[in-house]
Amino acid sequence: MKKLSARRRHPLAALVVLLLALACTGGLYAAFAPAGKAQADETAQSLAIDEGKKLYAVGCASCHGTGGQGTSDGPSLVGVGAAAVDFQVGTGRMPAQQPGAQVPKKKVIYTQAEIDQLAAYISSLGAGPTVPTEADYGPDGADIAKGGELFRTNCAQCHNFTGKGGALTHGKFAPDLEGVDPKHLYEAMQTGPQNMPSFPDTTLSVQNKKDIIAYLNAVNGDDTESPGGLELGGLGPVSEGLFAWIFGLGALIAVAVWVAARTAKAKKS
Amino acid sequence: MSTTNTPDSRSSREKAPAGERVADWADGRLGIYSLAKANMRKIFPDHWSFMLGEICLYSFIIIILTGVYLTLFFHPSMNEVEYHGSYVPLQGQLMSEAFNSTMHISFDVRGGLLIRQIHHWAALIFLAGMFVHMMRVFFTGAFRKPREVNWLFGFLLFVLGMFTGFTGYSLPDDLLSGTGVRFMEGAVLSVPIVGTYLSFFLFGGEFPGGDFVARFYSIHVLLLPGIMLGLVVGHLILVFYHKHTQFAGPGKTNNNVVGMPLLPVYMAKAGGFFFLVFGVIAVVSAIASINPIWAMGPYRPDQVSTGAQPDWYMGFSEGLIRVMPGWEINFWGHTLVLGVFIPLIIFPLVLVAIAVYPFIESWVTGDKREHHILDRPRNAPTRTAFGVAWITWYMVLLIGGGNDLWATHFHLSINTITWFVRVAFFVAPVLAFIATKRICLGLQRRDKDKVLHGRESGIIKRLPHGEFIEVHEPLSQEQLHTLTSHEQYEPAAIGATVDENGVERKVKGSEKLRAKLSESYYGEESQIAKPTIEEYKEITSGHGHH
Repeated sequence: MKKLSARRRHPLAALVVLLLALACTGGLYAAFAPAGKAQADETAQSLAIDEGKKLYAVGCASCHGTGGQGTSDGPSLVGVGAAAVDFQVGTGRMPAQQPGAQVPKKKVIYTQAEIDQLAAYISSLGAGPTVPTEADYGPDGADIAKGGELFRTNCAQCHNFTGKGGALTHGKFAPDLEGVDPKHLYEAMQTGPQNMPSFPDTTLSVQNKKDIIAYLNAVNGDDTESPGGLELGGLGPVSEGLFAWIFGLGALIAVAVWVAARTAKAKKS
Repeated sequence: MSTTNTPDSRSSREKAPAGERVADWADGRLGIYSLAKANMRKIFPDHWSFMLGEICLYSFIIIILTGVYLTLFFHPSMNEVEYHGSYVPLQGQLMSEAFNSTMHISFDVRGGLLIRQIHHWAALIFLAGMFVHMMRVFFTGAFRKPREVNWLFGFLLFVLGMFTGFTGYSLPDDLLSGTGVRFMEGAVLSVPIVGTYLSFFLFGGEFPGGDFVARFYSIHVLLLPGIMLGLVVGHLILVFYHKHTQFAGPGKTNNNVVGMPLLPVYMAKAGGFFFLVFGVIAVVSAIASINPIWAMGPYRPDQVSTGAQPDWYMGFSEGLIRVMPGWEINFWGHTLVLGVFIPLIIFPLVLVAIAVYPFIESWVTGDKREHHILDRPRNAPTRTAFGVAWITWYMVLLIGGGNDLWATHFHLSINTITWFVRVAFFVAPVLAFIATKRICLGLQRRDKDKVLHGRESGIIKRLPHGEFIEVHEPLSQEQLHTLTSHEQYEPAAIGATVDENGVERKVKGSEKLRAKLSESYYGEESQIAKPTIEEYKEITSGHGHH
């Protein structure tokens, strides 16, 4: 200690202390500060939120309020989560064209990047379900038959046996699920858009949702084959009855007219 | 000319041709010669609408043939099994053996799916054919004496066909038909006092139990088709016995039948028509899917799907239930489910309304003569209006039965449709009745005009003094006969109420009602007097302005 105390009045001592202090602070900062990548993400995130807020102000605020708090024309969006935004805007339901019993699917007018920005803004208002990943809704490890059973138990009441859709009260309806993106199917189950009940993971687990999506893809997807021929809309006996009357009996009556018109005629003398 | 080959000169030792020997053998034992002689020349008139019944007969035969094939593979059992067939989306699911075997028929039996679809499409077409056939008989008045019993046979065939169809639709034990059986159970339960007992009797205990598929199977393949087959035979025998009706025309009277003989012409046509019917049904079955049970899945009482409807012929009962308000009253501690029980009562009334019509009409007209010449619908305006009103009623209920599909496909509110059906159930038949009667009277006036003034030729002529007239071509004698051959009834009046001794008799209420109905059938408001010979002569003699 003697050496140290002998030099503490050295003209460079202050410099050394300063350097040590700086190294210490820097080291501590380096040890405890958030990672550099996270920092960049934060910037991007806040940028996305900002951009989302701008998009929101133009496209959504008139019904949902300037801060997403909701108005008499639209519900509060606090806590609905990114998944709800991705579904509603990603299927073109939002922004709504007009008030009505139910907002129908229409052409999507935002790019996926813009939808993500909107989702970022809305999820910044309050925590909610996040957008699922391919691992959640992809076909790997899905049990189609189990999905069918789950679908018939939980979904067919409104969406019909294979998801062809059905009517609800007062002009509302459960839409046809043909050609719906698996991600959107997942988000719909997760968030329960419009008149649909929500099926959070505690009700239908991630695996359950995956099974249902795989079942729908098998029976109401683009590659679904109908072993019996024309499906007639998959709507059951009403369309079958119409077909039987118009094409079945219609053809037979046409044949009867044809047969009756060709008869053995007495030869004219 | 050689005579060695004529039968007369054939030596007695020479054998007769094989066909002749077979015929001789059979005639000696069955007496077919006289039977054939009497019936081979039976005459059938030619008209496309007389072949509607044939469509029904042939589709019935097709249903029996394909049904027999299906019984070879179907297991009417409700034992639970796990599915391991070739349809992937049901692999490993639990289901009844009935469902499993139907899946097996659909995917793993050669031709099984096609046969199943032919069976089901033919059933829908059979019922639709019977409906149209019945309407043809109704609107042409072919149900009049002596054919009232045959009308009832036909009606019974239609009703039994409905129930045979319903039991058959329930056999695969899929989610759709199971819902239909559940619906039926609900209807049975709604019967006051005995409902629960009836339901337990029918299902052998609590619904669904383990019995109903086997029971429905016996009813579907044995009981009902057996009765129907008997009725079909009876129906045909009566058609033979009464001979076929015909439309009015030159040379056609109430005492003859103008047409082609059964053999060979009619037999060839009918035989050919059978194959045409089979062909059309087979093509429909090969093109279009029907009752895809694999898409519906096995029945489980805890599951249900939207769009659960019965086949079309039961659709009106579905409509009755769907539009009926869910009324329920509590009577002395017993719940009366009027929302289901009232439809259950109306269900047979809808059908009976059309079944009893011939008897009502014959009572109103008091006509006990035989009728073999058909009416043109316009010449019986009240009957035609009644028929159209009934069809309207039936169709309104069908709309009610499919109200969800009307809602989704026409972007309507299902509640609005339900209210429309509730109102239309009472109003639409009345409107249809009035409109149809007006149209019929309009057509009668047109006929009268055609008879008296001829057919509008479309040729416009200018007379020397500048007037334009349209040239009317007179009708041929045949056309005049056809348009004027129908007879017109006088409204039945209440007979004299005072007899020759001046004693007043009591006029019964039924007599008054009958006179009133008769007035509404045949009064001045309800038919246009057909042109008389005098009218015709006056106009065509040149004194008329044409």
